[in-house]
Amino acid sequence: MLFLQRLLWRLATTAVTLFGVAVIVFTVVRVVPGNPIAMMLPPGATDADVARLKALYGLDRSIPQQFLIWGWGVLHGDFGTSISLRQPVLGLVLGRLPATLELATMALVMAVLMGGAAALTATRHRGTRVEAGIDVTNGVALSIPDFLWGLLLIIIFGVLMPVFDISGRVSPDLKLPFTTQFYLVESILRLRFDITADLLGHMFMPALALAIPLAAIIGQVLKQSLKETMELDYVTLARTKGYGETRVILREALRNAILPTLTLVGVQFTFLIGGTVIVERLFSYEGLGNMAIDAVINRDLPLIQGIVLCFALIFTGVNLVVDLTYAALNPRLRHA
Amino acid sequence: MSALLDIRNLSVALKGGPRLLRSVSLSVAAGEVRGLVGESGAGKSMIGKALLGILPRSVEVVEGQILLDGDDLLGLPPAERRRRIGQRAALIPQDPLTALNPAHRVGPQITDRLVDILGWPRARAEARALDLLAEVHIPDPGRVMKSYPHELSGGMRQRILIASAFAAEPALIVADEPTTALDVTVQKQILRLIAEMQARHHTALLFVTHDLGVVSKVCQTLSVLYAGKVVEETTVRDFFRAPGHPYSAALLAATPKYTDPDGSLTPVPEAVIAAVRAEVEAAETEWQHGRR
Repeated sequence: MLFLQRLLWRLATTAVTLFGVAVIVFTVVRVVPGNPIAMMLPPGATDADVARLKALYGLDRSIPQQFLIWGWGVLHGDFGTSISLRQPVLGLVLGRLPATLELATMALVMAVLMGGAAALTATRHRGTRVEAGIDVTNGVALSIPDFLWGLLLIIIFGVLMPVFDISGRVSPDLKLPFTTQFYLVESILRLRFDITADLLGHMFMPALALAIPLAAIIGQVLKQSLKETMELDYVTLARTKGYGETRVILREALRNAILPTLTLVGVQFTFLIGGTVIVERLFSYEGLGNMAIDAVINRDLPLIQGIVLCFALIFTGVNLVVDLTYAALNPRLRHA
Repeated sequence: MSALLDIRNLSVALKGGPRLLRSVSLSVAAGEVRGLVGESGAGKSMIGKALLGILPRSVEVVEGQILLDGDDLLGLPPAERRRRIGQRAALIPQDPLTALNPAHRVGPQITDRLVDILGWPRARAEARALDLLAEVHIPDPGRVMKSYPHELSGGMRQRILIASAFAAEPALIVADEPTTALDVTVQKQILRLIAEMQARHHTALLFVTHDLGVVSKVCQTLSVLYAGKVVEETTVRDFFRAPGHPYSAALLAATPKYTDPDGSLTPVPEAVIAAVRAEVEAAETEWQHGRR
């Protein structure tokens, strides 16, 4: 009952958040200089041509009027038509979303594995050179932004030792027998591991570029809270029972130390999704972020709105998942 | 007869710093209850920690031996030492509110040592845990086993920790101020419970406390510590009849008396403190001399 109440409350706040995002994006893309009409017309178009096109796309009305029309459409599942691609926005966004979700999830998995391993190793060897080395590595990983890591990875794994593909999501000559856009998931489900391997080869570098800074944050925060937890009484008591250091870290400390990290990962994951915009561009990965850049360049207002709304939906969804996981991991919150 | 626990000349120091325990020697026979008394910072908890292998990372053993069942724990390889301690010794910690892992249910926190270190089958360990919870007078042990620590009171949690300490039938239990964090009414019950369990299981007990009243109720022998040095080692009967060391006498005189609740407290006289400090410092100089 309480759970249902909380879920409803979350859904309500999510709706308000999305509305706020919609208002801001809608207004901003119309207020900033540059408009889609100018992008579409050849030089020397007359004012009459401009006015005709404006009327065609409804841009001759006031911003609030436009918003109401658009908002009404959104509520009925119609996100408008892309100006540059001349296709329904919803279809375009849904077509690209799986690629970005797969990339971001892969990056998150890599970040958690790398950061978790760093934190556990540093805690196991705390106070030694191993910990100092991990601290320094984390510092470097954190201070270089994801797109620079991307360039670096291209130089290393694309040019010096060309083991991974630098560009695209999948080799163009592969025939894909898929019905959804979740290629990676579907390739595994259909046991087409040749395609899985090809997808992973393409995904490896962009995912790693996104994962490195996040891994550093996870490593640092988790290490800190692990070290604090290792000083607590119940950990000391476990030591007297005969457990070794590694066992104590994994069994007694990790589950309690992971909570602050989890909150942080939730917040940072949204940054990671933001990071896909540039990284996807860098690797010509056909995801939502790459499309977002095209949409902005073309002043494709409906498409920008659709993509941003989609991102906002992901952010709130991630936060919801984090909250629920938090409650599952912390027995003290379960009855609250 | 050789003692169950024999600590010989144990010195513990801050890494690269002063000694916190100064050549401490004490022994505990099987089934004996020895009190370790002294004021805050005298090093009484430090002895238990050194013995159980849980010294803070900033502290190290600089000399001495800790013989348990005749084997020097400090001479054993770390893994073997941990095993030995887990099998033969246990700790009743000071603060029951922080000594149980909030993320695990109570049951596994009692059975874990039995299953993982002693290699018991899980079912047998669980049956044992249920028996122990009944022994420490916990109603509805089955439900408590499935509870999380935050769902239980401080007194209940201390009972669970006591049950857990006795679970593996250790030869020796270190009780580190086990009643200090509890409120007065519960203190008495817990104290009685520890005494009761000790008598039933014939476990040797090293009872760390600053409360001489507790010592008189629970212990048979005691060691008085000052500034990391044992200044007197005696039986409880002799101690309360006629303390041997002036510091012990002053400590005893300083204990508030329930028979005279309005009487003012007697502090340990400055002269006694100066004398005992001089004694410890003389020993320290001699020790440093000997090491050179």
